[in-house]
Amino acid sequence: MNTGWSIFIIVVTIANILGCWWLLHWSSKHKADIADSDTTGHRWDGDLQELNKPLPRWWLILFNITIVFGLVYLVLYPGLGNFEGVYKWTQDKRYQSELQAAEAQREQVFAQFAEMDFDALVREPAALQTGQRIFANHCAMCHGSDARGAPGFPNLRDQDWLYGSDADALHTSIADGRQGVMPPFGSVLGEQGIWETVAYVQSLSGQNASPGLVEKGKAHYQALCIACHGPEGRGNQILGAPNLTDDIWLHGGSPDSIAAAISEGRTNRMPPHKELIGEQRVPLVAAYVASLSAADADHGQDEH
Amino acid sequence: MNQTETYNDKVVRQFTIMTVVWGIVGMAVGVLIAAQLWIPQLNFDVAWLSYGRLRPLHTNAVIFAFGGSALFATCYYIVQRTCHVRLFSDRLAAFTFWGWQTVIVLAAITLPAGITQSKEYAELEWPIDLLITLVWVAFAVVFFGTIAKRRVKHIYVANWFYAAFIITVAVLHIVNNLAIPVSAGKSYILFSGAVDAMVQWWYAHNAVGFFLTAGFLGMMYYFVPKQAQRPIYSYRLSVVHFWALISTYMWAGPHHLHYTSMPDWLQSLGMVFSLILLAPSWGGMINGMMTLSGAWHKLRTDPILKFMIVALSFYGMSTFEGPMMSIKTVNSLSHYTDWTVGHVHSGALGWVALMTIGSVYVLTPRLFNKTEMYSTKLIDVHFWISTIGVVLYIASMWIAGVMQGLMWRAFNDDGTLTYTFIETIAATKPYYAIRLAGGLLFLSGMFVMAYNMIKTIRGEAPAPVPVRQPA
Repeated sequence: MNTGWSIFIIVVTIANILGCWWLLHWSSKHKADIADSDTTGHRWDGDLQELNKPLPRWWLILFNITIVFGLVYLVLYPGLGNFEGVYKWTQDKRYQSELQAAEAQREQVFAQFAEMDFDALVREPAALQTGQRIFANHCAMCHGSDARGAPGFPNLRDQDWLYGSDADALHTSIADGRQGVMPPFGSVLGEQGIWETVAYVQSLSGQNASPGLVEKGKAHYQALCIACHGPEGRGNQILGAPNLTDDIWLHGGSPDSIAAAISEGRTNRMPPHKELIGEQRVPLVAAYVASLSAADADHGQDEH
Repeated sequence: MNQTETYNDKVVRQFTIMTVVWGIVGMAVGVLIAAQLWIPQLNFDVAWLSYGRLRPLHTNAVIFAFGGSALFATCYYIVQRTCHVRLFSDRLAAFTFWGWQTVIVLAAITLPAGITQSKEYAELEWPIDLLITLVWVAFAVVFFGTIAKRRVKHIYVANWFYAAFIITVAVLHIVNNLAIPVSAGKSYILFSGAVDAMVQWWYAHNAVGFFLTAGFLGMMYYFVPKQAQRPIYSYRLSVVHFWALISTYMWAGPHHLHYTSMPDWLQSLGMVFSLILLAPSWGGMINGMMTLSGAWHKLRTDPILKFMIVALSFYGMSTFEGPMMSIKTVNSLSHYTDWTVGHVHSGALGWVALMTIGSVYVLTPRLFNKTEMYSTKLIDVHFWISTIGVVLYIASMWIAGVMQGLMWRAFNDDGTLTYTFIETIAATKPYYAIRLAGGLLFLSGMFVMAYNMIKTIRGEAPAPVPVRQPA
C-alpha cells in the first residue's frame, strides 16, 4: 500500500485505541460528583431513570489491559499500515518455518525406507503402515478406504491388473498416472453389430449368450478388438487393455454396460501423483498396494 | 398541547406477532437442516430442500425476519414511550411493516430456488436489496423524525443504540451489496478477490455487532429496567460502553479471515480490536445485570426477568468467547469447525432470542390492553425448555468443534494426516444428534409462547393508548 494509506491506517487505529482510553479517563474523573443513590434527574416513560455509579474497578482494569495488550501487539507484529513490527513476523515466514521443521522430521522417518528394495518394503510393517496412511489421504477417495474400488475405479485387492503388479508397473501407475482409452466403435459396427460383439465378449467370460450372435460377434472381434484385447481376449498390460475372460468388470459387466463401452468407448484416467505426494512416498504406496492383493491371494488359496 | 394524541401501537402489534411467527418458521428450518446433518437423506433428494439452499433461508429467517421484526417492534414502541410523542409518520411506519414482510416472503421464495449472491447473510439478489434499502430509509425517517419531535430534552440510552443500529446497517447493506445486475435474478458483486472477502466480513461481523448486538442492547436498556422497576445502574457506563462498542466493532471483521490471503496487518488489527471489544461488550452486560441489584428477589417469581438475566449471561459469555476465538492461535484451531456454529448460537439463541422472548412477554399484554400474559406458568415452562435447549446446543458444538479442530491438525510422524476427513464427520455425528435435540427443545418453546400469546391476545380490540406527559 502507498504511504498515504499507511499513514491513514496508523492514525485512525491509534486514534480509536486512544479514544477508548480517553473515554475511561473521562468517566473516572466524575467519580465524586454524584452520590450512590442519586439519579441523573432524567425521567422517561413514567418510571425510567438512571443512576450514575462509577465504573466497576475490575472492569476498568480489564479494559486497560486489553488496550495495553493491543498497543504492545501492534508494536511487535504487523498491523500499523506498512510498519512491519519489531518481530518482522509474517504468516508466510511462519508457514515456511513450520514446513521446514516438519520436512526435517519426516526426512528421518523416510530415511529408514530409502535403502530398502520393493520386496523388503512389502515385508516391513512400518513401511506398510505409512503406505496405508498415504493411501487413506490421497487414494481412498477414488479407490475406496478398503481399496476395493468403485465403478470406473479399479479394485486393488484382486488379482486382475490392467497395467501389471510388479514394482515397476505399480511405481509408474502411481508416479506418472495412466490414461486408459477404449475407442468408440458405434459408427463402425452399427446397432446390430454392437449386440453381436457384446454377445461374443460375454461368451469370453462364460456368460450365457445366444450362439448365433456369438458367432457373428467373433468376426467383429477379430477385425476390431483383437489388436488390443488379444486373440483370446486376455488383454494387454502394455496398453492397459483389460482381460475380458475373467468376469471382472471395471465399468460393469451387464450387456448394456458392455454395449455402451463398445459403442461410445471409455476414457479412464489415473492422475500422476509424483508431484502431489513426492517421489519418496511412491514406493511406500506401491508396497502397500502390492501387500493388499498378496494378502487377498493368500486368503483366496486358503478358501479353495 | 394536543391532549388526545395517542401512540401508534398498531405497527408495533403487527411486528410483535410476526416476530413469533417468523421465529417459529426460521427455527423450524434450522431444526430441519440440523436433522439433515445427522441424517443426510432428510433432504429427500429435492433440490430446494437441500442443505445448501435451506441454510441461507434459516439464517435470513432468524436474523432478519425474527430478529428484524423484533427490532422494528421494540424500536417503534420504545422511541414513542421515551420521546413522549406518536411516531413521526404512520404511513411510512406501515410501509416499513409491509415492505419488510415482502422482503421476507421474497427471501423465502428465492433462496430455496437457488437465487443467491453467495454472500453469507447477504444472499438476497439485487431487486430485494433495493426494497430493503427503501424500507430501511423509511425506518430511519420514522425513527429520527420521532426523535426530532420528542418532548423530553435527553435522548434515552436505548435510542442511542437503535440509532447506531439503523445508521450502520444502512451503510453496511449498501456497500456490501454493490453489484452489477445482469438479469432480474442475477448480479455480479462489484468487488473481487481479497477485497470482496474483506468487505463481506466487514459487513457480516458488523451485522452481528449492530443488528444483533446494538439493536438488542437498545431492547435491553428499555425492558430490563421496566420489568425490574429499577433505575439503570450507571449513566456514565452507558456512555463509555456505547462509544467504545460502536467504534471498535467496526474493525473486528478481519478475524473471520485469519491465515488467509488477507494481508497480515489487517489480520492483526482484526484481532487487536476484537480483544479491545471485550470490555465494551461487557459494559452492556454489567449495566443490565447491576440494574437488577436490589431486585434480585424478583427472579424467584418473574420468569420474564429470568429470560432477560439469562440472555445477559449468554451475552457476556459469547462476547468473552468471541474475542478469545479471534486470537490467531485459538482461531487456527476453532476456524471452520462447529465451535463457530456453537458460538454463533450462544449469541443468537442465548442472547438475541432470549432477550426478544422476554421483551415480547412484556410487550404483549401492554399492546393488547391486558394486565399480564395468559399464563405465567407457561412462561416459566418456556424459560426452562429454551435454556436447556441452548445449553445442549452450544455444549455439543463446543465438543464437536474442538474435536474436529484437533483431528484435522493431527499428523503422523511420516507427515500424513492421522484422520481422513470422513473420520472426523463420523466422530461428529453423535453431537449433531444432541444439537438437533437442543434445537427441537428451543423450537417447542416457541410453540408454547405462541399458544400463550394467542390466549392473551384473544378478546376485544385494544383501545389506543394516549401519549404520557413528560415528567
